Amino acid sequence: MRDFLLPIMTIAWKDVLLELRTKDVVTSVLMFALLAMVTFNFAFDPSPAVIALVAPGILWVAFTFAGILGFNRSFTLEKENGSLDGLLLCPVSRDVIYFGKLLGVFTFMLVMEAVLLPFFAVLYNLPVLDLKLLLLAALATLGFAGVGTLFSAMAVNTRSREIMLPVLLLPVASPVVIAAVESTRAILEGAPWGEIGRWWGLLIAFDMIFLIVSSFVFGSTLEE
Amino acid sequence: MTAPAIAVTALTKTFSVRPVLRGLDLAVVPGQRYVLFGGNGSGKTTLLKCIAGLARPDEGAIAIAGLDTRRQGPAARRAIGFAGHDPLLYQDLTGLENLRFYGRMFQVDGLEDRIGAVADQLDASRFLNARVRTLSHGMRKRLSLCRALLHDPPVLLLDEPETGLDEEALALLDRVLAEGAGQRTVLMATHGLERGLAQADAVGILSGGRIAYQAQAKGLDAGAFRQTYHGYLGAAP
Amino acid sequence: MTTRPLQAAAAQRAGLADSATVRMTLLALSAAMMFADLALIFLWAPTEQVMGVVQRIFYFHVPEAWVGFLAFGVVFIASIGYLVTGKRKWDVAGHSAAEIGVLFTTLMLITGSIWAKPVWGVWWTWDPRLTTSLILWLLYVGYLMLRAYAPTPAKAARYSAIMGVIGFIDVPIVYFSVVWWRNIHPELIIGPAAPRDALDPRMLVTLIFSVFTFTVLFVYLLWERMSLRNAEDEVKALRQGE
Repeated sequence: MRDFLLPIMTIAWKDVLLELRTKDVVTSVLMFALLAMVTFNFAFDPSPAVIALVAPGILWVAFTFAGILGFNRSFTLEKENGSLDGLLLCPVSRDVIYFGKLLGVFTFMLVMEAVLLPFFAVLYNLPVLDLKLLLLAALATLGFAGVGTLFSAMAVNTRSREIMLPVLLLPVASPVVIAAVESTRAILEGAPWGEIGRWWGLLIAFDMIFLIVSSFVFGSTLEE
Repeated sequence: MTAPAIAVTALTKTFSVRPVLRGLDLAVVPGQRYVLFGGNGSGKTTLLKCIAGLARPDEGAIAIAGLDTRRQGPAARRAIGFAGHDPLLYQDLTGLENLRFYGRMFQVDGLEDRIGAVADQLDASRFLNARVRTLSHGMRKRLSLCRALLHDPPVLLLDEPETGLDEEALALLDRVLAEGAGQRTVLMATHGLERGLAQADAVGILSGGRIAYQAQAKGLDAGAFRQTYHGYLGAAP
Repeated sequence: MTTRPLQAAAAQRAGLADSATVRMTLLALSAAMMFADLALIFLWAPTEQVMGVVQRIFYFHVPEAWVGFLAFGVVFIASIGYLVTGKRKWDVAGHSAAEIGVLFTTLMLITGSIWAKPVWGVWWTWDPRLTTSLILWLLYVGYLMLRAYAPTPAKAARYSAIMGVIGFIDVPIVYFSVVWWRNIHPELIIGPAAPRDALDPRMLVTLIFSVFTFTVLFVYLLWERMSLRNAEDEVKALRQGE
């Protein structure tokens, strides 16, 4: 356990420390997501009826694209520092590196969402600070970050890496986006726990399947 | 009879369709300082990366002190210190934070004291608190050596350590290597004949994807070896 | 000096040349079946009462969908094979099958649209099967892009194998999510809906035969693509002066 959890925390803490130093991911991603929310506003008539219909989609599209930016930055940082090799030298199995990086980007996305949700609540006048919604956001974010961590480790080595990550991630994560949007809509309409049960199930299944598969194959993305 | 510190058997590694290593065999006995010569593109770096676990061999096996690097990866890597061309440090963290990070990953006991000790050994203490981004190439190289030595590895892999190191730092490195003589196994790849020969217990020449020549350094005639080496350089693809 | 992969490629080429008979048999068989299939589709099968002659596109559309899925199944197995063994032959199989799969999925989407326009009155509707097909297509176009943009052939092989595994596992999850999503937003069908009467036996026979024909075609194309890929690797090895 010590050989597993401690290095995971160490890697994630290193990412947090790096981010505190540079602050370039948080600033750029937050601004991007905020602008996305504002710009979407111009795409439709902002009457309460329309907002109720489109707001969940706007929220998750903003999170999704902001997340993609963040994943790209996380691995670009590692690559620019030449330190992916440094992680490979460490006496831990490859899945530990995967979970460490995942914990880093997951934390980062949760912080971003925690900052953005109040903005969203104000801009669209919606009661989003709901326990169900927060739990759901965490589940969806975990699945999205789980696949995103694996794919950005590959995309960072490809030509035109900025486009490669969304090309791979968006189709694969489409169930997460659908589940997140639909259950957000249901929660905002005041649906009880039971009514959104199948979406919980879908998200949990997605998270478990892809976290396990990704941790198995992650090592082969890093080694030469 | 103890297991060799580094045992490489029938190692093949191909990039694209062209093999760099073709069935390479190498055994380094514990405590030996083995210096590997070879031209550019002869596969020295690839070999060291395969041993360190940075590159995945296509075929063949590698064992560090009897630990298979594929099946017992973490245990084998714990025994290895690696310093290559890239310093493998985070630019936006300080040297101290970098060493702390790697020290925790290797679960080094008494980490702060140990960091102080290796930093003193390589005269790196004075710039430990500066961000790596602001350091000169030579300083980064010293930190990189600190990182490689931090967990006191029984096996040290050095890929052309002389590039980017100033005379003073080279002297420090030589002293570290000399202090570990007979205990720490060293596999060092280099271009520099004189320095390499001065360091070596055994020498090898990598050519055509194999160890084409190897000899004990004791009693080796430097002039004859130079001729042999240049012969291989000319012949190597 | 010959190299190991070159020898492997050459050996594989030689193996394929030896089995030239197999290849010719596959070619002849798929050509003959295709002619027979065309005859069945256009001459023998009756015209559907409601949809008219456009319904005959179904005898292409359904086999294309089947071959697309079969191909991606092959990609999945080959990808696991590659990740476990690291052998080049698995990469050759996965890569070849993925290209064929994308080709047939593209054809399936196009023929589906052509059929949908007169029958549903729209080129496209976000019904679960259509949406899943589109995402399936996107997944494997991503697979091919990843190969094209990878830094080295070895990385291309490893990365795409990972995508080949993840993509295939993802398909059923995508399907369920889309079905539930469409339950909330009932689809709009304009024009006459597809009738669900019992199929005329001649139609059924034609459809089944067509599926077999396309399967043989797939096997033949896979065979050709794999031997082409081996030849490509051989040329690459020669170019590098080995």
